Amino acid sequence: MLLDIDNLRVTFSTADGDVNAVNGVSFQLDQRETLAIVGESGSGKSQTAFALMGLLARNGRATGQVRFDGTDLLSLTPAKMNKVRSNQIGMIFQDPMTSLNPYIRISEQMAEVLTLHKGMSKKDAIAESIRMLDAVKIPDARNRIRSFPHEFSGGMRQRIMIAMSLLCRPRLLIADEPTTALDVTVQAQIMQLLADIRDDFGTAIILITHDLGVVAGFCDRTLVLYGGQIMEDGPTDPVFADPSHPYTKGLLRAVPRLDRDDDELLTIAGEPPDMSRLPQGCPFTARCAYVQNTCAHIPPELATFDGNRRRACHVPKSEVSA
Amino acid sequence: MTEPILSLRDLSVTFDVRPRGAWPWTAPLKLQAVSQMTFDLAPGECLGVVGESGSGKSTLARAIVGTVPSSDGQINFEGADLAAMTPRQRRVHRRDVQMIFQDPLAALNPRMTVGDIIAEPLVTHEPGLSRADRKSRVQDMMKRVGLLPNLVNRYPHEFSGGQCQRIGIARALILKPKLLICDEPVSALDVSVQAQVVNLLRELQRDMGLSMIFIAHDLSVVKHISDRIVVMYLGRQMETADAQTITTRPEHPYTQALISSVPIPDPVLERKRPRTTLHGELPSPISPPSGCVFRTRCPKAQATCAQALPPMLEVGPGHRVACPYHQAENVLAVSA
Repeated sequence: MLLDIDNLRVTFSTADGDVNAVNGVSFQLDQRETLAIVGESGSGKSQTAFALMGLLARNGRATGQVRFDGTDLLSLTPAKMNKVRSNQIGMIFQDPMTSLNPYIRISEQMAEVLTLHKGMSKKDAIAESIRMLDAVKIPDARNRIRSFPHEFSGGMRQRIMIAMSLLCRPRLLIADEPTTALDVTVQAQIMQLLADIRDDFGTAIILITHDLGVVAGFCDRTLVLYGGQIMEDGPTDPVFADPSHPYTKGLLRAVPRLDRDDDELLTIAGEPPDMSRLPQGCPFTARCAYVQNTCAHIPPELATFDGNRRRACHVPKSEVSA
Repeated sequence: MTEPILSLRDLSVTFDVRPRGAWPWTAPLKLQAVSQMTFDLAPGECLGVVGESGSGKSTLARAIVGTVPSSDGQINFEGADLAAMTPRQRRVHRRDVQMIFQDPLAALNPRMTVGDIIAEPLVTHEPGLSRADRKSRVQDMMKRVGLLPNLVNRYPHEFSGGQCQRIGIARALILKPKLLICDEPVSALDVSVQAQVVNLLRELQRDMGLSMIFIAHDLSVVKHISDRIVVMYLGRQMETADAQTITTRPEHPYTQALISSVPIPDPVLERKRPRTTLHGELPSPISPPSGCVFRTRCPKAQATCAQALPPMLEVGPGHRVACPYHQAENVLAVSA
C-alpha cells in the first residue's frame, strides 16, 4: 500500500471561528492505482490534497494520519517534507499560468527541481528536462525550453507542469483539476497524456475533479466527498452504474449527457453547505431526497459493503437504488 | 417558415490590434474575431452556439447586442438593420435584447442591493412607472426566478453563485425582452446548481415565449437546452443543424472531434468509445490558416483545403456544413 490516510481533519481558524474543511477522511491507495476524488466546490477535495502535501494555508491545521509508504507525512519537519514533495509525490494544479513563475525561463524552473532534489549538474538537469518535455509531447522541446511561460498556450503550460512534476519520477501524482481551465479538445489530449504516463511510469494518480465524465474515462476508483466527508467510495464502474448514496445519485442525474435525451435534468435542491455551520449529522441532510429523522443528528457511519465499496448513509442501499 | 426574429447575413467583426512597440503610424493588425456568420433565429427558438475559447462566440453575442460594431455584413432584428438604427430605435433594441453573463458575481454591482439591481432596467426603460409598480414587478420577477422576495435589500456578496445567476436572469427578463443572449451562463456553477439554472432557463423560455441564444463551450449543456446548434471554430461557422442531428449525425470533422472529446459519465461507454483526438491547438486569429481555418488540425485535410474557403453546403433540411469532405458519422455510437 502506497498511501494510507486515517481520519484526516483540516481546520482553518478564521475571524468568524473555525471552518472545518475536511472532517475525518480515511482512504487507502495502492501502487499504480488511479483514484478520483469527486466533489463540488467546498467539498474539501483540494484541501485533502493540500494537507497531504503539507501545503495548507497558514491558518490551516491538519490532524489524523497520512502514511506514505510507512512514514507519517503530517509529523515530518518542513525540511524532510520538502524531500518527499516532488521526489515521492508530485502535484499539478488547476491553473498552469499561476503555478509557473512568469519571470523565469522554463529551462531554469525545470532544472531547479533536479539540481535541488537530485543534485544534478545544471547541464544534466536541462538535458533531462528536455527529455521529459519530449515525453509530454511538446514539439521542438530543445529550443522551446528556453521560452518563458507566457509564450505557451494553456494546454502546453499544463504539459510543462506535468513534465515538471514527473522530473523526479514520483510514485504518486496528485492532479488537482488539471483540465478545468482547458478546452474539451485539449482536455482530451491532457487526459490521454496522463493515462500514458500512468502506463509508462507506473505512477499512482489521485485525480481531483468535479467532472464526472473525466472520472469515468480515467479512474479505477471513485471517492465522493461532500461537506468534507466521504459519502461514497468504490470501484468506478459500480459507483456510476449503481450509486449507493443519494448525493452520488443526484450528481449523476444532474449532469446533462450528450448521448441521452433527457427532457428535464433532475436537480439537487438547495445549495452546497456552509462549511462553518455544518449540521451535526450527515452534511447532505438539507438537500437529500431520502432524508429521515435520524439524519440531522446522528452522523452516518462509513460502512463497507459488496467487499470493496463504502457508503455513509442511514437510508438502506436498496431504497436508494430503487 | 415564420419571419425570423433575428437574422445574420455574412456578419464579420474585426478588431484592430497594435503589436507591442509598433509605430503609431503603422497600420494595425486585423484580428478577425467573427467571419461571415449567417443564420436565422425563429421566434421562440433556442439556438446554441458552441466552440472552444477563442472561437468568437462571445464576440458574436456582443455584436448582436450592439456593444461591438460589426465590420461587415448585416444583423437584422425584427427586420431592422442594427447598423442603420436611429438612436431611438437603438433604445428599443436594447430593451428587447438582453444578456446574461458567465461570472454571476462580477456581473452585479457590489454596492447595489438586489432590488435595485433588478429594478435598474425599469428605471432606464420605463421611467413612467410608479415606485409601487416597480416594486411589485421586481418582487414578481424574483419569485419567478426562485428568489425569496424578502431578500430585496441584500447585497450580491451575500448570495451564492447560483443565486447570483438567478439575480442576473431576473434583471435581464424584467423588461420582457424578445431575445435573451446567455453567454456561458452555467460554466462557473457547480454541477448540482448548474442543472437548476438550466432547468429555470428552459422553463422561462417556454413560458415567456423567449427567443434565446445559448453560448457555451460545453456541448452536453448546449444540446440539452437548444433546438438548433451552430458550431464555431476560429470565428467561422463549421456546421449548423438541429440539436439531435448534430450530436448523432455530425458531418464536419471538427464537430465529430468535438463530440468525441466530450467525456460522458459512464465508465463502460467511455472505455468502448472510439476517439479522434485533435492534435495541436487553436491557431492565432490574427493570421488564420489560408483556406479552411480548421485544416491545420483536421484529420481529413487535403492539399486543396489550403487553397480556398470551403463552401457552405446544404446536406439536409436546415443542416449546413462547411466542408467538401463531409461525411455523416455517429461518433457516440459504440460498436459492440
